[in-house]
Amino acid sequence: MENNHLLLEVKNLKTHFFLDEGTVRALDGVDFVIKRGQTLGVVGESGCGKSVTARSILRIVPQPGRIVDGEIMLYLPAQSNHSTLTNVVNLTRLNPRGTQIRSIRGCRIALVPQEPMTSLSPVHTLGNQIVEAIVLHQEVSQAEAREKAIYMLDLVGMPQPSRTIDRYPHELSGGMRQRGMIAMALSCHPSLLIADEPTTALDVTTEAQILKLMQRLQQELGMAIMFITHNLGVVARMTEHVIVMYMGKVVEEADVDTIFHNPKHPYTQALLKSIPRLGQRTRERRRLESISGSVPDPYSIPKGCSFHPRCSQRIVGLCDQEEPPNIEIGPGHKTRCVLYR
Amino acid sequence: MFGYIIRRVLLMIPTLIVISIISFVIIQLPPGDYLTSYAAQLSAQGDTIDAQGLKALEERYGLGQPIHVQYFKWVSGIILRGDWGQSMEWQKPVKDLIWERLALTILLSSVAILVSWFIAIPVGVYSATHQYSIPDYVLSVISFVGVGTPGFLLALIVMYLAMSQLNQSVGGLFSSEFLLAPWSLAKVVDMLKHLWIPVLIIALESTAGSIRTTRANLLDELNKPYVETARAKGLEEGKLIWKYPVRVALNPFFSTVGWSLASLISGQTLIAVVLSLQTTGPMMLRALMSQDMYLAGSFLLLLSSLTVIGTLVSDIILAWVDPRIRLRG
Repeated sequence: MENNHLLLEVKNLKTHFFLDEGTVRALDGVDFVIKRGQTLGVVGESGCGKSVTARSILRIVPQPGRIVDGEIMLYLPAQSNHSTLTNVVNLTRLNPRGTQIRSIRGCRIALVPQEPMTSLSPVHTLGNQIVEAIVLHQEVSQAEAREKAIYMLDLVGMPQPSRTIDRYPHELSGGMRQRGMIAMALSCHPSLLIADEPTTALDVTTEAQILKLMQRLQQELGMAIMFITHNLGVVARMTEHVIVMYMGKVVEEADVDTIFHNPKHPYTQALLKSIPRLGQRTRERRRLESISGSVPDPYSIPKGCSFHPRCSQRIVGLCDQEEPPNIEIGPGHKTRCVLYR
Repeated sequence: MFGYIIRRVLLMIPTLIVISIISFVIIQLPPGDYLTSYAAQLSAQGDTIDAQGLKALEERYGLGQPIHVQYFKWVSGIILRGDWGQSMEWQKPVKDLIWERLALTILLSSVAILVSWFIAIPVGVYSATHQYSIPDYVLSVISFVGVGTPGFLLALIVMYLAMSQLNQSVGGLFSSEFLLAPWSLAKVVDMLKHLWIPVLIIALESTAGSIRTTRANLLDELNKPYVETARAKGLEEGKLIWKYPVRVALNPFFSTVGWSLASLISGQTLIAVVLSLQTTGPMMLRALMSQDMYLAGSFLLLLSSLTVIGTLVSDIILAWVDPRIRLRG
């Protein structure tokens, strides 16, 4: 892998939450890489650490969470205007409230959150919130920033952008708010857009529109997208490379075709069996399979492979004892499972 | 918005008419009237008043007439001539009695409200953003004690401390030489010297509660996704806290500012009595006790009108600061 194609490299990232009830190891050694312009899908059940990964990268992990180990390397283009930034920045080393991480947040790495209904301040206009982001990272006047905000709203397909800019969030529909959020995120041309389940709260028609919009914008602007979702249909449609997470670890990583057609980890296999497919074995009327059991208690992650209590292929005496290694089974295809050792 | 205000103002008129009737009825409700208690007072002192004297007084105040005639006389006097009636106890027109006190009261209370917000909002914000830290616990304990301490007790303590430690006289708003003097620059300076103690006491009484309100409201807002959006934008932490969640958390302050208009007059009566302040509270209390009907009635009417106006002011302010409740049209 050539270094100049690298954008973000996450190595052995551990983010833990220190609660009165105990320590929750939300991320327990996460590794992955995002290349320039690539779309990475991050898949997993609720609570597997997808959103915490996103927040760790932005260094906005809420209290009492803390990154305890690992590195997040951000590779910036050499012709950077920001003299404070070197070519490679280790985000975990930065002060989460310092100027350096703040010049990266919203500028180099932007976030499109899950809840368009509540992600905009109810008492400020949409324009106020977008202009704020532009003025913060670009040396432009208020009037220029407003022009730019209108241009961005137009770009994301907002109807009547020069009027919508002065609307309050409650006057906009969910889809329009999410378009507004995307316009805000893209207003400073980030190299990486983190989309944290951006369509979960929307109806399917709006979801389709937003996904189409994101694909179009990625082609036009050439940024990388880290697409967090639990919707495998969205993964198939949107992403090139996929990581599957379970209990704070990446259990399988491959390009999107391999994940869907040749999954190796029992968790990925089970996940794929749990979605209905059109035209497959309709005569047999097979029951849709579900993964037995539920996500373990986060305070007491099982010993060995954290998936072993729910795994149909577990090897007693091995899986409940030994932490499975990360095994490369093909080009760019890795999995954490002893079956492939 | 403009139409909404006009509509609300028009609706206030019938409300105020009803309120004025109720106020008048209420002050007529207790058995007897000022003359009865006046005669009783005189006979208690050993004096007697003849029936003719009573009759003359009765006529002078229009007491013999039916209640609705008295009411219309009173209200039309207020509306047409600005005549609020005669205080029987003070032997003066009501309007001469209340306006100076009212002005002082409004000055005192509004300064106290501002001082209270000035302390409570930053402290509440600090407490919420440093939840469960040692300073937060300390501030919480102090504000709980503050919520539980009655204002008059605080007034007594402060009076004692000011007297014994600072050697400052704390009774009233003026030094004795200025008490009856006409307004002058020297009198204003003298008042400002006396003002800080009552302001502090009245402010502290509501500060503790306001700290708790700010802290609780802000804690509700701090974890809202829009705060994270602002943070992910790269905004500075202090700036984003004040621009976004604090702004939303302060809504209760805006919505209650209207009610405080009424408490400007009646509130802090106990503190005012303890500190012998020349404000409206003690005077109203006395008027009610001695059945000085026109004075008491004027106060009741003013209070109710201010409540109605205050509610409108609150609604307008709230609509101004919170676009979600702005009415269309």
